Amino acid sequence: MIEVIRQYEFLQNAFLTGMIIGIIAPLLGAFIVVRRLSLIADALSHVTLAGIAAGLYFNQTFAFLSWLNPLYSGMVFSVVGSLFLERLRTVYKHYQELAIPIILSGGIGIGAIFISLADGFNTDLFSYLFGSVSAVSRNDLWAICLISIIVLVVIFLLYKELFLLSFDEEHAKASGIPAKSIHFIFIILVALVIAASMRIVGILLVSALMTLPVAAAMRMAKGFKQTIVYSVLFGEVAVIIGLVSAFYLDLAPGGTIVVSSILILLLVISAKKFIKVG
Amino acid sequence: MNQPPIIEINNVSYRYDRDNVLENIQLSVPKGAFLGLVGPNGSGKSTLLKLILGLLKVKEGEIFLFDTPQKSFKSWDRIGFVSQKANSFNTGFPATVYEVVASGLTKKVGLFRLPGSKEKQEIKAAVEAVGMEQFLTRNIGELSGGQQQRVFIARAIVSKPDILILDEPTVGVDSKNVQSFYEMLSYLNKKMDITLLLVTHDIGIISDKVTHVACLNKYLHFHGSMKQFETLDETDLSDLYGHGIHLLEHHHDHQGADV
Repeated sequence: MIEVIRQYEFLQNAFLTGMIIGIIAPLLGAFIVVRRLSLIADALSHVTLAGIAAGLYFNQTFAFLSWLNPLYSGMVFSVVGSLFLERLRTVYKHYQELAIPIILSGGIGIGAIFISLADGFNTDLFSYLFGSVSAVSRNDLWAICLISIIVLVVIFLLYKELFLLSFDEEHAKASGIPAKSIHFIFIILVALVIAASMRIVGILLVSALMTLPVAAAMRMAKGFKQTIVYSVLFGEVAVIIGLVSAFYLDLAPGGTIVVSSILILLLVISAKKFIKVG
Repeated sequence: MNQPPIIEINNVSYRYDRDNVLENIQLSVPKGAFLGLVGPNGSGKSTLLKLILGLLKVKEGEIFLFDTPQKSFKSWDRIGFVSQKANSFNTGFPATVYEVVASGLTKKVGLFRLPGSKEKQEIKAAVEAVGMEQFLTRNIGELSGGQQQRVFIARAIVSKPDILILDEPTVGVDSKNVQSFYEMLSYLNKKMDITLLLVTHDIGIISDKVTHVACLNKYLHFHGSMKQFETLDETDLSDLYGHGIHLLEHHHDHQGADV
């Protein structure tokens, strides 16, 4: 396998990107899950789909926009979607979950319009939906590296504030930390990570890479730091197994990565049961 | 004795819409006191707490914190608060006792800084003060209600406040553990020199731990030291308090316990 990776640049790109998102997606995912925001990741990924479709449509239709990488338009949509989401959550204070179907269906709706307008990027679209081993370019890789560095630095610097905000939002606000701004930064990070992950896992399955490893980690971790460590570990294992099998079996990596994550989850749950009984 | 009181409430009244909830409250919490603020449900206890903490605006009367008018008071880290809600948190949250207590230092350590070894010592000391040191690495969700409440107290005292305000802290604590819970509070008060303001609807159980009592039911019906409180007989109490109050069953002899 390693020989093969050395030979092909597209495989290097795919594996490096995979390893990177295997770290940042579960890392942010740990905060998303404990804050019960899992569905927000889903909503934002569908908005990203709209951005991707818009990007594909524009660079196909308008010659002067042919330079536009759909990754960037996806990122822009994702960030804008996150801002709308926050706005809606304050508008419907007592029905905060209502913001999720609004944003989610809005994303798919806009996406569907652009897809039918363009009417000709089926193979491309498939790789955006379910990920691809061959679609990551060097430029994508650099963009994803940059996003990851931003995410890692921000999480490192704001770790204790994010922890307090997740564990006890009221106490966080009462103790005078800038809860609103920190939450805002956090949601933007989520939007960026979704955009970064979608090349490999695909838009429809991004949120799985953010939640499934965390779900497994929470079964066995003591404390939040351990939850993060296990989440990243499980995320990495799932990405590697998923990418290798996707390459050899010619499958969409989104599918193989998610199925690997689910297998890990089942393994952890049953191992825990076994240990308890034994 | 000449130190100014930590909390001084002067002629404070408060109303929601038309209903008067508090009427002319005059109350002070001296340094080192363990004050029990007692009143039945709906007596305005929570409103008074919110006023002290600045969660509600004082419209009539004035409140002084550490001799500073509350409106211009900035050092909120000198006041620790353990709310009733502390025990309705998400018990599935994967956080150890250590992590929860450490989160009490978030503001003090400040943005973009990591806690150092001094902070680690402080966290350990706070956990020891509430008697939870053998649970440091346990997940908070695995503990009993009383243990969780102790952890939240540790989180409140880790930043070394001068006063700790507790709102019905024994809700969700096993009745057999309530006694030792109050002993722990007493320890914080006497040994660690933390002034306590405890809000509860049940004076009986705390009557041998507190140094001062205030009975609230819209008006402040009684405010004084525990010794003065004990000289009242039960009919006085009923008059003061509005209705019957169970004191006698926990009435212990206080000779020599001059605090």
